[in-house]
Amino acid sequence: MTDLHVIGDILAGILSIALGLAAWRMVRGPSFADRFIALDMLTAIAVGFATLATVETGRSAFLDVALGITLINFVATAAFAVFLERKRGQD
Amino acid sequence: MTFIAAILLLLGACFLLVAAIGIVRLRDPLQRMHSATKAGTLGSSLMLCGVLCSKVDGSMTSVLVMLFMLLTLPFGAQLLGRAAYVSGTAIEGLDDDAIAGELDRAHAAPEETP
Repeated sequence: MTDLHVIGDILAGILSIALGLAAWRMVRGPSFADRFIALDMLTAIAVGFATLATVETGRSAFLDVALGITLINFVATAAFAVFLERKRGQD
Repeated sequence: MTFIAAILLLLGACFLLVAAIGIVRLRDPLQRMHSATKAGTLGSSLMLCGVLCSKVDGSMTSVLVMLFMLLTLPFGAQLLGRAAYVSGTAIEGLDDDAIAGELDRAHAAPEETP
């Protein structure tokens, strides 16, 4: 059983590196579009963490968390896209 | 966690890592979005497939999340790409703009907030 926990730790490390890279782009990003893309990526990584928690703990409730994150991701992306277009219209 | 589940989870996490590296390394926002949407969706879907192959009950929710992600992410990517193009992001590595004149495009990226 220890091997499986080791695999879980390795997966969490890989996802944390990806999270750090996406967060770097979100802080650094030259334009607003970069930040929204990084937010998209952060939610994808969050879904990955939710699935990892599901497998590690054996509780399927974390999949509902993943479903919620996916829903919020779609609505947030659409809203931010409209915001970006409208901001261009004001200039 | 079965062996196949571990393989699928590892593959999905590696795809997410590749997508994050692409977000950092690629040059303009449209290329970064290409990396984030395709590889990111594939990575998350592979991790959900790993949940399907493991012995956790809740396979229906996993399929539902995967289906919802595959249905909505193209819409979100299209909306965000259109907004990024209209707001006048830099496009690198292209000689000419094939859809110049189709949408009225700003000349410079919108101003940053500090």
